[in-house]
Amino acid sequence: MLWRALLSRLGISLVTLWVVSVLIFIGTNLLPGDVAQIILGQMATPESTAALRAKLGLDKPPYLQYVVWLQNVAMGDLGISKAGLGAGLGTPIVEILEPRIFNTLRLTGLVTVIVIPISLFLGLIAAMHPGTRLDRAVTFSTLSLISVPDFLVATMLVLIFAVFLGWFPAIVYLRGDETGWVLIKTLAMPILTLVIVASSQIIRMTRATVLNVMSSPYIEMAILKGVPRKRIILRHALFNAVGPIVNVIALNLAWLVGGVVVVEQIFSYPGLAKLMVEGVLMRDLPLVQACAMIFCVTYIVLIFIADMATILSNPRLRHPK
Amino acid sequence: MSDTPTPQNTNSAIQFDELPDAPPKRKIKLSLLGKIGVVVLIFWAIVVAIGPMIAPYHEADILDEELFIVPGSDEMYPDTDFQPPSKIVLLGSDYLGRDTLSRILFGARTTIGISFIATTLAYLLGVLLGIAAAVGSKRLDMILSRLNDALLSIPSIMFALVMIAALGSTIPLLILLTGIIYATSVFRIARSLGQEVMVSDFVEAARVRGEGLWWIITREILPNIAMPLATDFGLRFVWVILFISALSFLGLGVQPPMSDWGSMVKENLPGLIYGSVAPIMPALAIATLTISVNMIVDDISAHTGGKLAKRMIA
Repeated sequence: MLWRALLSRLGISLVTLWVVSVLIFIGTNLLPGDVAQIILGQMATPESTAALRAKLGLDKPPYLQYVVWLQNVAMGDLGISKAGLGAGLGTPIVEILEPRIFNTLRLTGLVTVIVIPISLFLGLIAAMHPGTRLDRAVTFSTLSLISVPDFLVATMLVLIFAVFLGWFPAIVYLRGDETGWVLIKTLAMPILTLVIVASSQIIRMTRATVLNVMSSPYIEMAILKGVPRKRIILRHALFNAVGPIVNVIALNLAWLVGGVVVVEQIFSYPGLAKLMVEGVLMRDLPLVQACAMIFCVTYIVLIFIADMATILSNPRLRHPK
Repeated sequence: MSDTPTPQNTNSAIQFDELPDAPPKRKIKLSLLGKIGVVVLIFWAIVVAIGPMIAPYHEADILDEELFIVPGSDEMYPDTDFQPPSKIVLLGSDYLGRDTLSRILFGARTTIGISFIATTLAYLLGVLLGIAAAVGSKRLDMILSRLNDALLSIPSIMFALVMIAALGSTIPLLILLTGIIYATSVFRIARSLGQEVMVSDFVEAARVRGEGLWWIITREILPNIAMPLATDFGLRFVWVILFISALSFLGLGVQPPMSDWGSMVKENLPGLIYGSVAPIMPALAIATLTISVNMIVDDISAHTGGKLAKRMIA
């Protein structure tokens, strides 16, 4: 029964992935102009454009282009960057992507490691003492933080830490060989911004989830039985809250994948989101497709994990009637 | 003996007279924060209505140097950009020497107007398709849901970037794009709320009675899902304002010379170093509006049993 639930979720994820690939292909094909013209630039005569189009496979009908692209992607070949972003013409996309993916993973990874303990701690504390001054302070400040734009948080942090205090640089220059303290200093501002924005979401959701569990009948029963408060939280509430909380974390990490775009732009951090924006501006079709696919696959995997956490942690869903 | 039944009869008669009334309407009592939120919201609504009329200057006016000449000083050509708040410019001037207050008053219409229309569009689309999925055949539900999941699994800002790069940034496109992107989450909520109502006893009773599908949708489903959708509208409105402001901040939203709060923050960012308030004022305008809407929604959802929090997670 459990396997069936797992497999059906997996099937749904795969179907979603396929629909996404079609949408991305259609979306990127809407871009005006074509790569052949951009590569040739001033030298674009009708003959040379046509020749290059044929060479790049742009003269084939769209559905054939789609099939070819999908085949290549499935075999791990993301194609050749047509505008050769910063690396010369005809560079394999995989080579361009590698350092960018590493950078984005490093940023989001560090943010995740910092965010999860902080927000779980604050969320649980607020939920355990609902209505107290502490709870109201946490609720009010997180609500305010999720209500203000990301760029406001980022600019205020720049104002405080880069302009007034001069502790951290306002823009990220990554040479790639930084280690230890220098690396921390370089990444501090983007990390701090993302931590503040992401943690306020998770804190709110954790608080809501735990409060929801605490107001359920079996907790009331436990209270009436006279079970000590600590035992109620550790034995009754926590296990039932784990699934939803893992769900919340996975969803917020998925958000983080897309949400880095503003932060990467503000601090000009050389990550995947910034690469994709550059690709859109250069109309580098294969590159944009590759970036979008990576974002969507990550997102779908995280959503899948979130669903699994919900099913696995709930016996009623684990053994459906 | 014969006296005793009479009072009992009148009693039950009185009770019966009182019973058939509709249940008393629940009054939503707002907390202090919620009341402040309502006041701020009304303030911005008034600004949207009459803002350009009460603005001291036009949004595109570059102020004359003469205005800034301090009486008694021999400085004939003072700087006009990034001036601190004074009697001439109540909230200071921006990077071109325009009045920040006037630009905020004009920009309220652009930012709030676009966001409101986009949110409404998202609701029309989302609720229409969501209810169609809830009441329609299983196959229709399946198709709509999968399509929706696929749209949801493209990070919204990525989707917007690709579309804006392809079609250029115009206000109608901005509204349409935002409407479609946010319709996906409205669809999920409307569908799950609609499904909840569809399996309820009173819908079954209506079906047995022989009511048509249209009657069930308009008389049973819509009234029952209206309240949760209304509170969600507030939340969605906040997301849309933030989303459009973020696009403007990236230079892809509302284009100059129109004033819009997001792009005002972007263009005045360099002033931060000189301690100018020009980038902070529009950001504060966004923040007061979004925070106040969230305060109201938070208050209302606290009275509807926290169901909203559950839906936000789902």
